[in-house]
Amino acid sequence: MSEDNNTKGLLGWIDARFPLSKMYDEHLGKYYAPKNFNFWYFFGSLALLVLVLQIVTGIFLTMHYKPDGDMAFKSVEHIMRDVDWGWLIRYLHSTGASAFFIVVYLHMFRALIYGSYQKPRELIWLFGMFIFLALMAEAFMGYLLHWGQMSYWGAQVIISLFGAVPIVGDELTLWIRGDFVVSDATLNRFFALHVVAVPIVLLMLVVMHIIALHEVGSNNPDGIDIKKTKDANGVPLDGIPFHPYYSVKDLVGVVVFLILFSVVVFFMPEMGGYFLEYANFVPANQFKTPEHIAPVWYFTPFYAILRAVPDKLLGVIAMFSAIVVLFLLPWFDRGKVRSIRYRSTSFKWLLAMLIVSFVGLGYLGALPSTGIRTLFAQIFSVGYFGFFVGLWFISKNEITKPVPERVQ
Amino acid sequence: MPSDDTDNDRRRFLTAATVVVGAVGTVAVAVPFLSSWSPSARARTAGAPVVADISKLEPGQLVIVKWRGKPVWVVRRDEAALETLPEVTDQLRDPDSESSNQPVYATNEYRSRKPEYLIMEGICTHLGCSPTYQPEITADFQGGFFCPCHGSKFDFAGRVYKGVPAPLNLPVPPHYYMSDGVILIGEDGVA
Repeated sequence: MSEDNNTKGLLGWIDARFPLSKMYDEHLGKYYAPKNFNFWYFFGSLALLVLVLQIVTGIFLTMHYKPDGDMAFKSVEHIMRDVDWGWLIRYLHSTGASAFFIVVYLHMFRALIYGSYQKPRELIWLFGMFIFLALMAEAFMGYLLHWGQMSYWGAQVIISLFGAVPIVGDELTLWIRGDFVVSDATLNRFFALHVVAVPIVLLMLVVMHIIALHEVGSNNPDGIDIKKTKDANGVPLDGIPFHPYYSVKDLVGVVVFLILFSVVVFFMPEMGGYFLEYANFVPANQFKTPEHIAPVWYFTPFYAILRAVPDKLLGVIAMFSAIVVLFLLPWFDRGKVRSIRYRSTSFKWLLAMLIVSFVGLGYLGALPSTGIRTLFAQIFSVGYFGFFVGLWFISKNEITKPVPERVQ
Repeated sequence: MPSDDTDNDRRRFLTAATVVVGAVGTVAVAVPFLSSWSPSARARTAGAPVVADISKLEPGQLVIVKWRGKPVWVVRRDEAALETLPEVTDQLRDPDSESSNQPVYATNEYRSRKPEYLIMEGICTHLGCSPTYQPEITADFQGGFFCPCHGSKFDFAGRVYKGVPAPLNLPVPPHYYMSDGVILIGEDGVA
């Protein structure tokens, strides 16, 4: 209301009709974030930046792209060669996809080490996990649009995963593809989902993620509840307004990020075959499978888990379970202390095991499988799931250090 | 506004009835949208049977015929290849093709109507890659097919080996001989 905000003029007129000042205060001007944010807190705002980048570059790519089995590959080459600055827009988009996952994985890791998923932030974590899921769907479907060999066979493999579902599996894959093999019909529907459906869901989830965050307030590297100690006006003593303090701080992160991002876009857009795989510069051929099929790097840890199990259905179950356990993280952790700074040594060992396993799986998932590699993938898979099981056991009666009352 | 003379039963009934009718309507509306994802009439027509001339095949040769957008292999197996079939039986997961997909007339050791000619879908039963043809018989591998994606191995009749990710033998499509050198893929023909 205008009287509450004491706004006059045009802003007052708007405030009487739409809660503009109220929303500004709630989310920026009077949103009090803990004053001890460190390096790890850059990645939330960076994820938002990359989301905007992907939407803008994506819109411009659709203006030149043709979602047609006969024309798709050629239209991508057309964007690269004939469209003014088309190469830049496409490389921004393709590099942006990988950058999105780098930023999001680091953002999730931050939540892991500082216990940002713990009570009362379970819903923030769940919304975040749904964002991660939507992002994986978005990346997978977007990758088919190149219509290169790796696009085609990657999609063929991933859609075939649904064939492992008992009884209806074959019907289900037929329904997803809309044809007996991955074809024009598949490409067209993936295009619709990639540019319209999933982005809408993604934006909605991001809004819910932020609203939930601003409702309970940000966690911090000490894992302290800053709302416990407030001044006479109800402002947390250890909090500072998001704007200008963190908006300006995040700008530094943005600049550093953009420098690194530009290096990749301008000098190594393929990133040695990790961001754009070499086999994808060959048009899709439904009669010839490439020698070695590997997903793009951000899927490799889950792909390695799939391959580690020598049974089709169990492998698929293991892979999906790897995502499901992440969703359930707030309930695996029965501890009361959030931050790694005050948690037990056993927690740190478990975390180390998770990092080694996840990175190891990511490395193995990009390589062809051999006997010894499969064995390692199995060991790392056990390590990955072991983190969650171990966490459930150790967190109940964890010996922790005393958590200070105030931010130091 | 609830008041003393509110008929709660009536209210509950009306709420429930509205929810049920609404739910039925939602499901009904979802049907056309979900059905639109099924293979279109055009895609199904493209899935019609195809005729292939196999009379010019040399022993040991493999040709690919396109049926339903899938690669269908026609292999003319030579004597050496046929001899490996009984030898590898104990290394196979489903040597008698009990749980695999093939027409009745191909449920035999050769998995074909005629031992010499193998007609089979070239799509791995694991995750849909197309295996490669390995006609050479070596000490390590008795020849057959190898899937580069996840390392599944199959013998000269497309029967899967043990200890590889593919669960089943490669599927054999319905087919019959229109004459000695001409086959039709996609229909069983007269028995």
